Amino acid sequence: MKVHVRATINGEPVEFLCEPRPSLLEALRDELGLTGSKEGCNNGNCGACNVILDGRLVNSCIVLAPEIDGAAVTTVEGIAPAGGLHTIQQRFLEHAALQCGVCTPGFIVAAKALLDEKPRPTEADARLYLAGNLCRCTGYDKIIRAVLDSTNGNAEETA
Amino acid sequence: MRQIEYHAPASLAEAVEILAKAGPRARPLAGGTDLIVQLREYRSDADVIVDVKRVPELTELRLDGDGLVIGAAVPCCRIYEDEQIARAYPAVFDAASLIGGIQIQNRASLGGNLCNASPAADGVPPLIAHGGTCRIAGPSGEREVPVEKFCVGPGKTVLERGELLVSIRLPRSGGRSGSRYERFIPRNEMDIAVAGAGSFIELEDDGETIRSARVGLAAVAPTPLALANATDALAGRKATAEAFAEVAEAARKAARPIRDMRGEIWQRRHLAGVLTRRTLEVALERARAAGNGTR
Repeated sequence: MKVHVRATINGEPVEFLCEPRPSLLEALRDELGLTGSKEGCNNGNCGACNVILDGRLVNSCIVLAPEIDGAAVTTVEGIAPAGGLHTIQQRFLEHAALQCGVCTPGFIVAAKALLDEKPRPTEADARLYLAGNLCRCTGYDKIIRAVLDSTNGNAEETA
Repeated sequence: MRQIEYHAPASLAEAVEILAKAGPRARPLAGGTDLIVQLREYRSDADVIVDVKRVPELTELRLDGDGLVIGAAVPCCRIYEDEQIARAYPAVFDAASLIGGIQIQNRASLGGNLCNASPAADGVPPLIAHGGTCRIAGPSGEREVPVEKFCVGPGKTVLERGELLVSIRLPRSGGRSGSRYERFIPRNEMDIAVAGAGSFIELEDDGETIRSARVGLAAVAPTPLALANATDALAGRKATAEAFAEVAEAARKAARPIRDMRGEIWQRRHLAGVLTRRTLEVALERARAAGNGTR
């Protein structure tokens, strides 16, 4: 039996029918064509599928799609302003904080959630907050530098 | 993952009805951090999923004169973001803020941690230490079970067909009391406990004599353990290193650990003692600070 789901995704009202089984990640990618969120581990360890669900950072691979009925979801596609990059994305480029790029959307979303919650994080804050995001290429230092550097001007651009 | 039915009832009665009707095929869904992974890996044969996050009794987090009620589906983040709860139930705060990363803490609940019945659950020793009681609803009414009696084996609980954990109630904690949860892991964060201990101490007005104390242990037996005899014996005694050493020795004796990739039997037994002593010491410091109004 299909479930009717109504939610707000990246500010837009969205309605879709789905089987109860798919994860939010599968619904985003396969039903809604939002392929920015990546499948890494598919069991809640790596953070590549991170989205913000009703203001909370979550792993979309361990949320069932029907659970988002009535909720607001922000994916990586909803972070950049029209036609540009968010400061966090710009700093990831400047600091070369990515290699293969599979973990990057999850890091961007997690960094956005961190800076929304704590606009001036310390390095320790950032490392702890991002501990649920795994990167197997860069070794984290560049990512952390990019995130800490994003605090300049972040408040204006994410308002 | 096999096909599932999904229900999101808005009342406790409705949730119990669906669970009772589907029997062993049904599982309540709170944060899903264990359940969804188990379903996907075919480690659970449930196919009727009852999302309980719309049931008011399961999402309530209430601190009042009688104590603290933690709805079984309340995510860890709501617990550690509440400063009053952090002050009155610091061991619960400790555990809620070290289970998984932010993404897990934003979904995972202590009720789910209990129902998953992992021997290594970080959320359970603090609930034992604080003298918690489980409120269970089922087709024939409600019942209460002490937290330390809730798990009966790895992955197994006292819940019977159609029954649901509604909430965990912790008695009032304040005055000269303190608590602490610590675990041993070979890294700084993001790991499963090799062993864990949660301790609670309440002092008499003299700030030296123990009025009551409790200790819960994780990952040293098939279920979380309560050290009832050893801690009952602390009541009326001074909070000294010798008294704590006796409880630590009791923890080593009570431990019935297994050997696995995380640790050896001797290591877990040793850790049960060390963590018991350390958490009692911190609980004592916190109790004194609370009594002096410095916490």
